[in-house]
Formats: sequence, C-alpha cells, structure tokens
Amino acid sequence: MSQTATEDTATTGATPASVAPKKKVALSEGKKAERRLGWLLCAPAAITMIAVTGWPILYSLLLSMQRFDLKFPDRTEWIWFDNYVTVLSSPYWWNAVWVTVLLTVVTVAVELVLGMSLALIMHRALVGRGIVRTTTLIPYGIVTVVAAFSWRFAWTPGTGYLAEALGGDPVLTEKIPALMVVGLAEIWKTTPFMALLLMAGLALVPDDLLKAAAMDGANGWQRFIRITVPIMKPAILVALLFRTLDAFRIFDNLFVLTAGSQGTSSVSMLTYNNLIKGLNLGIGSTMSVLIFIMVAIIAFVFIKLFGTAAPGSDDGGKR
Amino acid sequence: MAGIGGAETPAKKWGWGVLNTVVVIYALIPVLWIVSLSFKSSKTLSDGNFIPREWSLENYQNIFSTSEFTRALINSIGIAVIATAIAVVFGTMAAYAIARLEFPGKNLLVGVSLLIAMFPQVSLVSPLFEIERSLGLFDTWPGLILPYITFALPLAIYTLSAFFREIPWELEKAAKMDGATPGQAFRRVIAPLAAPGVFTTAILVFIFCWNDFLFAISLTSTEQSRTVPVALSFFTGSSQFEDPAGSIAAAAVVITIPIILFVLFFQRRIVAGLTSGAVKG
Repeated sequence: MSQTATEDTATTGATPASVAPKKKVALSEGKKAERRLGWLLCAPAAITMIAVTGWPILYSLLLSMQRFDLKFPDRTEWIWFDNYVTVLSSPYWWNAVWVTVLLTVVTVAVELVLGMSLALIMHRALVGRGIVRTTTLIPYGIVTVVAAFSWRFAWTPGTGYLAEALGGDPVLTEKIPALMVVGLAEIWKTTPFMALLLMAGLALVPDDLLKAAAMDGANGWQRFIRITVPIMKPAILVALLFRTLDAFRIFDNLFVLTAGSQGTSSVSMLTYNNLIKGLNLGIGSTMSVLIFIMVAIIAFVFIKLFGTAAPGSDDGGKR
Repeated sequence: MAGIGGAETPAKKWGWGVLNTVVVIYALIPVLWIVSLSFKSSKTLSDGNFIPREWSLENYQNIFSTSEFTRALINSIGIAVIATAIAVVFGTMAAYAIARLEFPGKNLLVGVSLLIAMFPQVSLVSPLFEIERSLGLFDTWPGLILPYITFALPLAIYTLSAFFREIPWELEKAAKMDGATPGQAFRRVIAPLAAPGVFTTAILVFIFCWNDFLFAISLTSTEQSRTVPVALSFFTGSSQFEDPAGSIAAAAVVITIPIILFVLFFQRRIVAGLTSGAVKG
C-alpha cells in the first residue's frame, strides 16, 4: 500500500523528472511532497472538527465552574466546583442517569437480538431479499422526530390505533409505560442499522465452514454459536459500541413522546431543559461535561474489549 | 439458516415469505400510520382508525399555506444541501490522503474523527449556544451548518476512505503510460471510479443532516433558520381548538418523501456505504 502510494506521488508530485529508475534518489523529495499534500488535504477537515469541538469543550469546562444564569447575568461569578456539587446531589440528575442507563441497556440488548435475526433473514433469504433490505432501510432513514410523532399519535387516546386497541389508557402520562413506549420507538428506529452492521459481519463467515460443520452433524444453533458468532465478534462489538453511544444520547424520541415529564428525562433531555428552557449555562455546561465523561468511560471500556479490532486502528482496510 | 444442507423446497419458500412479510410490516406500520393520519379530514382525525374513513388533502393545503412550514422546508433543504456539499468535499480530500498517502499525523486524524463520531452531541450544545450567541451565529444557517459538517465528517471520512481503498489506482498509472495527462487520467479514469463512493457518502451525510433535531432545536429560535423537525414540534394548529396532529402528519410525510426516494433508488449503495465505513475486518 505505502509502496505504490510513494511511487505515485514521486511521479505526479513536484519532481516530474524523477521517473521510475531514479526512484531511490527522489524518495526523500517525493516523501516531503507527499507529506505536504497529505497535510494540505486533511487540513480543512481537521481544522473544522477541532474548531467546532475542541474549543467548545474547553469552554464548557470554564462555564461549568461559573454561576452563569442568563436570567441573572449580573450575578455571574466563579464558583469552581459548586455546580458539580449541585448537579451530583440532585435527585433529578440521578433519575435521568438511571433512565438513560436503563433505556440504553434494554434497547441495545433487544436490538442485538432483533438485529441479529433481521441480519440472518437478510443474509439468508431465498426470496424477496431486495424488498426486505429496502423496507428495513426506511426506519433507518426516516427522521426520528417523524417516527416519534407517529408513535405519539398511535398512543394518544382517541386518535391512535394502538391506544384504541389497548383500551384507551393514556400510556404516555405514566413513567414506566411511557418509558416502554420510548424504548419501543427507539428499537423500531435503530434495529435496521444494527442489522446492517451485523449483516456485514455475517458476510465474513465462510459458507464452506458452515457446510462442513453441518456434515459433521452440528445443528443450526450449534453452528451459529460455535462458528458464526466467534467469526463475527468484531462486527458485533462495533455494532454494540456505536449503538450504545448513540442510545446514551437519546433525545429526539423523548422530546416528542414525553418531553421528559413524569421523571422520564434522559441526561440529554435534562441538559436541554436546564440550558434552553432554564437558560442556566453553568448547570447546563456542568451536565455537558459529566455526560462527556460518562461517554468517554463507555468508549474506553469498549475499546479495551476490542483490542486491535477498534474501527480507528488503521490496518489498511479489510482483507 | 436455510441454504445449508437443504434444498429450496416450496415449504421453505413459504417460510421465507412469511418472515419477509413480518419484517416488511414491522418496518412500514409507523410510516403507513403517519401517512394515513395526514390524509384524514379534520372530522375523522381523532377516530382512532388505522385507515382514513374520509380521505382529504386539507392537511397538506394547510401546511403549505403557512410560512411556518414552507420557510422551515427551505431552511431544511438549504442547510442540509450546503452542509452535505462542504462535508463531502472536505471528507473526500481527507479520505484520499488517508487512503493513499503516508504522512505523520494520519492516525491522529483517524483517531480524532472516531472520537467525534462517539461524541455526545449534547455536550456541545451548551458551549455552542453561548459561543454562537457572542459570534452572532445563533439562529442562522451557518450556525447549524458548522456543527453538521463537524459531525458528518467522521462518517464521510470513514465511508470514503473505505471506498478509496478499493479503487484500483494502478489504472491511473496505466492511463498515463498510454499518454493521458494527469488531468485526463483523473477525469476519465479515477473520477468515474470514485463517483459512486462520493455519491453514497453524500446520501448518508444528507440523511444525517436532514434528521438532526438536537442542534436544530437548541441553536435556533425563530422561523429564520428553524428546520422542519423543529418546526413540527412547534406546530399548534391554526386555532387553539384545532388538533395539530393532521398538520404535523402532513409535514412529516413531506419530509419523509426524500428519504423514501433515496432508499428506493439507492438501497444497494446505502447498505454498502453504511457497512463499509463502520465495519472493518
């Protein structure tokens, strides 16, 4: 890989005179040109990403150590870690943390099972594979808010077919039923994405191996557990990581379905409410920083599990 | 696990047919429900029937007669298109460098974009809210385009560098040996090979920008830059006695149409793009 790349820049780069025979001499010049080109090409992406995330993260650290309420801008002052004490001793915060963790664990677990079934269906279907793949992409592509409204109206007493079918109880006004509906909406929307990632992993399992195992008398379940799952383990871990981090920031579905009432706020929802509704920048930023730390811990644990199979490890692409 | 040690018997085909039907129903029910709501007349809107008893276009007429929706639609399209274009251009440049060049800092860039892909977006909302207010970017198109580009870039870079690795770059050299100029070699040989990957990435990035709600609701405050998902959540109906469900449903259907079209026409590419970027080896 690197070999061909070097040759190419040597010929296309700044030194057109140095063609193939003189490659060794031109290497250092070519390498320099290659570096410059590499940096130049990456600069816009790198600068944008760092400008929009790096500085704001530092800034939110600063904000989180100030009393900063836009309703009372005169009273802004440095209070160091008081905001953290306030947030960490608030029952609302811990309720939001538990709601988020619960939703994340339950939805990701269900999605893994459903997604795996869906992936197997898409991978093995004898008929209608195209239709299945196309329709499962619809939940992935549809705007989350749209899907959330569809569920909300479905459960609204009077208006909704589900509410009518189940006796007309206003499920979205009670904590546990509301959370179940939120989980359902989340699972519906993101299972296809999980299934697609898992399907890519399934494609790596050699058919010959499965056939050989079948000849040796392994039944379908044994083949799945002993052969398919171990081979696609990296794909499973990647899918789990992406979905866990995504589920942890759940916001859209909650906003539309319950708006965080009856103690159904997730951490994102609570931060939004403090920031945009409450205009309390200090507390909002404190929550932002805490969420960032929690996500970093989750990612760290997953990457430890991955080892070298992390999607960021640049191993020259798939073989 | 059919297909292993078994023939394609009619019974198995039936089994697959049933499974497929279950999947299709699962995927389509919420979509069909919102479509059905959008076509209900205001009298039958809250009858709780899955299929409209009385079909009407009044919800669509209502939303297209208010600037609340049409302005939001223009904002959504404009912001998503501009952010997609910029993210794809920046992403293509970076992905080309990652796939083909050796330079120090390459793995750092890959690492940073992975970090951003995992980043909790809500963590950015508080500081961006304050920074954008002081820079005058709050409630403007650029104020949304910037974070969209940032969060779309990791997606674009991963998808594109996976595509670029698969391109047979030797063809470029071969074309030059046959007397093509570098420009011709790029235009005639490399561009056609790279185009599908770039196009796929553009679709994925567009879907991402089109879908966003958190930034859109936090960093806008007026019709001037509100996108459709946000406008939807503010629909109240034209009078206080009117149920906004019909208008919301109609607007929801309108912004779902582009997604359905993408999915129908580019199913294969979207699947390839999603999986190539996210799963390696």
